[in-house]
Amino acid sequence: MPAQDVQEIRQLVARRKRWDKVFAILGLLSMMVGVMTLLALIIDMGIDGGGRLSWDFFTSYPSRHAERAGILSAWVGTALVMLVTAAAAIPLGVMAGIYLEEYAPRNWLTNLMEINVTNLAAVPSIVYGLLALGLFVYQLDFGQSILSAGLTLALMILAVVIVVTREAIRGIPAAIREGSYALGATKWQTVKDHLLPYSMGRILTGIIIGMASAIGETAPLITMGALTFIAFLPPAPVESGFPYLSFDWLFAPFTVMPIQMFNWVSRPQAAFLENAAAAGFVLLGMTLAMNALAIWLRFRFRKRGNW
Amino acid sequence: MDETLNKLYFRSLVDSEREEAPTPEAHDLRKLKAEAKGLSFYYGEVAALKAVNLPVAEHQVTALIGPSGCGKSTFLRAVNRMHDLYPGSRYEGGIRFYPDDIDLLDKDVDPIEVRMRIGMVFQKPNPFPKSVFDNVAYGLRVRGERNRRLLVEKVEQALRDAALWAEVKDRLDDMALNLSGGQQQRLCIARALATEPELLLFDEPTSALDPIATASIEDLIQGLKARVTILIVTHNMQQAARVSDYTAFMYLGELVEFAPTKTLFTNPSDRRTENYLTGRFG
Ligand SMILES: Nc1ncnc2c1ncn2[C@@H]1O[C@H](COP(=O)(O)OP(=O)(O)OP(=O)(O)O)[C@@H](O)[C@H]1O
Ligand SMILES: [Mg+2]
Repeated sequence: MPAQDVQEIRQLVARRKRWDKVFAILGLLSMMVGVMTLLALIIDMGIDGGGRLSWDFFTSYPSRHAERAGILSAWVGTALVMLVTAAAAIPLGVMAGIYLEEYAPRNWLTNLMEINVTNLAAVPSIVYGLLALGLFVYQLDFGQSILSAGLTLALMILAVVIVVTREAIRGIPAAIREGSYALGATKWQTVKDHLLPYSMGRILTGIIIGMASAIGETAPLITMGALTFIAFLPPAPVESGFPYLSFDWLFAPFTVMPIQMFNWVSRPQAAFLENAAAAGFVLLGMTLAMNALAIWLRFRFRKRGNW
Repeated sequence: MDETLNKLYFRSLVDSEREEAPTPEAHDLRKLKAEAKGLSFYYGEVAALKAVNLPVAEHQVTALIGPSGCGKSTFLRAVNRMHDLYPGSRYEGGIRFYPDDIDLLDKDVDPIEVRMRIGMVFQKPNPFPKSVFDNVAYGLRVRGERNRRLLVEKVEQALRDAALWAEVKDRLDDMALNLSGGQQQRLCIARALATEPELLLFDEPTSALDPIATASIEDLIQGLKARVTILIVTHNMQQAARVSDYTAFMYLGELVEFAPTKTLFTNPSDRRTENYLTGRFG
C-alpha cells in the first residue's frame, strides 16, 4: 500500500476518534449530573438531619417536641405495608406474567389484556389512591389500614412485576424450552423446572426495584386516608396464647416514612425540618439497601444460569 | 434383509404419478418404525413440506440431506410435534408410527405422548443450566420417577451409552454448561437416551462441533442403532454416507429421492440428487 494512502487512513482514523472522545466527555458529564445529585442529596440530608440520627430516633414515637420525636411507628408501618405489598404483588404478578407469556392463546383478547397491563404501569399513583379508597377502604371494608395500603401499592407495582416476569421468561432461549418439551415435559413442568428457576434472578430484581419505588409513595396512601400522626404500634403478629399467630395488625391504622416526613416538613419549627431530613436519610438508606439486594441477587443468579 | 423394502419404496417414489398409498404387502410393516404419508406442512400460508413420503426402517439410521432451507428441520420437528409449540402452523397428511400404527399428527394423539416416545437431539447443544446428573435425569423425573437409586442407575447407563461416562463420572454435580461443546452434545444425547425412546431424531447434531467431537458422535450413532431407530438430518454428505443405512434427499420441501445410502450416493436416479451430490448446488 502506498505510504500516502496509509497517511490518509491515519488521518481518517484520527478524525473519527475525535468523536469518540467528544462522546466520552458528554457521557461522563451526563453521568456526573446523576451521581452528583444523589451525592448532594445524601450529603445535604446528612448535614441537616445527621444530628438527629440516634438509637432513640428509631425507637421513639412522633411527638409534639421535635427533639423527642422519632420514626418508630413510621418505619414499622413502612415495613409492614411493604410486606403486604410483596405478599400480594409477587404471586399475582408472577402468575399473570407466566400466564400471558406461556399459556395465553395468541388472539385479540390477549392483545387487549397486554395493552391493559402496559397502561396499568402508566396510571398516576394518586389514581390508585382513589381506587383504594373506594374499593379497599369502603367497598371491602378493610378500613384505612395496613392491608388497604399494602394492596394499593401492590396494585401499583403489579404491572411492573408482570412486565419483568414476562421479559425474564422471554429471555430464556427457545432451545432450553424446546429441550424440555422434547423430553415429554408438560407446560407446567417446563414452567416450574426451567422457566421460573432460570428467570428468578431477573424477576426478583424487577420486583425489588418496583418495591423500592413503592416505598417512597405518599400520594396514594394519603388519598386513601393514611394517618399522619401515629403514636402506637399495630398489634404484634405473634401471640403467647392459641393460635399464636394474629393478623389483627393487618387492620391497624398506620403511618409510613414518607408521610411522617411530609408531616414534619409541614411544621413551622426548624427542629422538625431536621427530623424530616433525618427520616429522609433513613428512607433513602432503605431504598439503596433494596437496590443493593437486587444487585446481589442478580449477581448470585447470574453465576448459576448463563447461556 | 431390507432389499424388498428398498426396491418397493424406491419404485413408489420414482413413480410419483401413482396416487394410492403403497399396498400393505408393498413393504414389511414389522420393519418400519415410522412412515410419513403425503405429509405437507405450512408455516402460515407458506408450504415448507410438500406431500412428503418417507419410510423410517426400524433399527436403522435414516439420513435426511438437502440444501439449506429445503425443509429437513421442518420434517424432523413434525415427527415429534415440535411445531405444536408455535401458533399458526398446519399439517396435512400423516406420519404413521409402528408397531401400534397410530398417526403421530392425529388431533387425538397427545403431543406429549409423542415426545415421550420420540427423543430429539438439537443442532446446538442445549443442556439445561443444571447439574450433569439433573440434565440426564430430567426426562425420567418428568415421568414421575422419584426413586433415587433407580435414577442413579439409569443416568449412569445413559451416560455410558452416550460415551460420556468416563469423562463426567466424577463431576455429576457440576454445571452442565461447564462441559465442552462436544461433551454437552453427548450429554444431550444421554438425556434423550435415558428415557429409552423408540425413535431418536437428530437435527444436525455435529454442525457446531470440531472433527474429533464429530467423529465420536458418529461412532455413537452407529452403536445406538441396535437399540433405537434413528432419523438424522445432516448438511454433511460424507456424514450421511458414513452413518446412515438409508438416505433421503429433499429439495424445496419435496422429497426427491429415497434409497439405501449406497445406492443414492453411487447411483442417484434423479438429476437433482445428482447435481446436489456433485456439488452443483446447495
Ligand atoms: N418458524 C418459521 N416460520 C416461517 N417459515 C419458516 C420457519 N422455519 C422455517 N421456515 C421456512 O421453511 C423452510 C424450511 O426450513 P427448515 O428449517 O426446515 O430448513 P432446513 O432444511 O432445516 O435448512 P437448514 O439446513 O439450513 O437447517 C425455509 O424456507 C424456511 O425459511
Ligand atoms: Mg435445519
